[in-house]
Amino acid sequence: MAERRGATVELREVTKSYGDTVAVDHLSLTAPAGRICVLIGPSGCGKTTSLRMVNRLIEPTSGDILIDGQNILREDPTQLRRRIGYVIQQVGLFPHRTIGENVATVPELLGWPAARIRARVDELLSLIGFDPARMRDRYPAQLSGGERQRVGVARAMAAEPPLMLMDEPFGAVDPIVRERLQNEFLQLQRAQGITVIFVTHDIDEAIKLGDRVAIMRAGKLVQFAPPGELLAHPADDFVAKFVGSDRGLKRLALLTVGGAELDPPVDPSRLDGAPVLSPAMSLRDALAEMLASETQVGMVRDGDRYLGVLTLSHIGRLLRTEDRP
Amino acid sequence: MTPGEPLIRGDWLLSHVGEIALRVGEHLELTVIAVVVGFLIAFVLSLAALRIPRLYAPITWTTGILYTIPSLALFALLIPYTGLSLLTAEIGLVSYTLLILIRNIVAGVRGVPAEVRDAARGMGYTDRQILWRVEIPLALAVIFAGIRVATITTIGLVTVTALIGQGGMGYFILLGIQLFFSTALIVGALGSVVLAVLADGALVLAQRALTPWTHAR
Repeated sequence: MAERRGATVELREVTKSYGDTVAVDHLSLTAPAGRICVLIGPSGCGKTTSLRMVNRLIEPTSGDILIDGQNILREDPTQLRRRIGYVIQQVGLFPHRTIGENVATVPELLGWPAARIRARVDELLSLIGFDPARMRDRYPAQLSGGERQRVGVARAMAAEPPLMLMDEPFGAVDPIVRERLQNEFLQLQRAQGITVIFVTHDIDEAIKLGDRVAIMRAGKLVQFAPPGELLAHPADDFVAKFVGSDRGLKRLALLTVGGAELDPPVDPSRLDGAPVLSPAMSLRDALAEMLASETQVGMVRDGDRYLGVLTLSHIGRLLRTEDRP
Repeated sequence: MTPGEPLIRGDWLLSHVGEIALRVGEHLELTVIAVVVGFLIAFVLSLAALRIPRLYAPITWTTGILYTIPSLALFALLIPYTGLSLLTAEIGLVSYTLLILIRNIVAGVRGVPAEVRDAARGMGYTDRQILWRVEIPLALAVIFAGIRVATITTIGLVTVTALIGQGGMGYFILLGIQLFFSTALIVGALGSVVLAVLADGALVLAQRALTPWTHAR
């Protein structure tokens, strides 16, 4: 696949009001190119409205939205939407079209030659783990919820858009499938370098997927930061509450054993029963294993190399030092 | 009926095969014209009602009134203007198809899931493309249900148009009544029923061919 760069999306003082109700209130933020920018907040905070203004399914009352510096409010909305991927929670596959036809939707609208469309459809079906020959001619009703959601993502990526808008795309599937879809999606997004604006109400999903997380409340942006920073330094009580009282533990999920300070190696015979940890492991998983063992410490090994010993006080110190701004 | 005469006289049937075929043809022609013209009118009115929702109530109200006028009365009302003509017959037949067709077309399009419409718009379909490529195809099952009812109703009503000289299976029913001749009566009535059943079957097959996604497993 050709190396492509995602688009930069900039919202400037964007406001949407319905009569006296202000849904989005002077929202300004920049979604950096090739990254996942998550919009999160309680119901009615304006996150979905904000997302839908980027492809003009909703027209802003005031403010500007720029994609790679171009003001999209001066563009034809239909043309604009054809170069932005769009995925929603209920997927919205066309029930009367086969999987292949669904994926081909935007390339067809753009008038790609048939051979190119066919090749692209097969490429995408393979990318989402389908056998094109087996799945191409099925109808959406013949797929499971998780499979339909994958097709929804493939359909949104079909015309190689530099930007994708995703509105709770994994909200309607069970937790196990959700986790798998999230991991697959992260890989796809990293490989293709697409910019993604992603709406969710699930803070764990935001932390897992977001390069940047925008927390919204009552139409206003409360904090816009990488997930680690959000957990370490919540801007106010609302954010602190929203990310959860276990934000320390959540931060550990973002940190790895390799990033922690270690005690020098000691004789393994003195660490009988201690779990063996790898540097790539998250501190959260390491902590769980350490707490479950009798020794309360972990032996850190990188393959055959014995790097040292991780203790609970190292983990605590890491959280405390990172807490200080 | 003459005493001692059989209910159905085979020799009469054999000697009238040609005429029966002719009347079947007339019956089908009257039906097809009515359903096709009715559908075209209903389709245009439905699109208007879908685009301007406040038109829906007056449209169904008007076609509902047409639907309740007894067919004999309607023909009698029309004869001073359009005579004992095909036009008179079709005005009546077409007006009876409108209500059911409009209701089903509108309900079918309105029944398209909101998320499918949202996805279509979000991917860059124009309103017209959404209507023709998404809404109408997905409404086909409900639209076909309307066409089936309209067709069966029309086939039944066409028997009445024999009264204004338009032939069809009603011709045999009239003949049977006038001559006290049960064979003709039965040929007319049964023929109309058989036509209705066959037409309905054909429409079911047509629908299955046009909506393969509804029965793919």
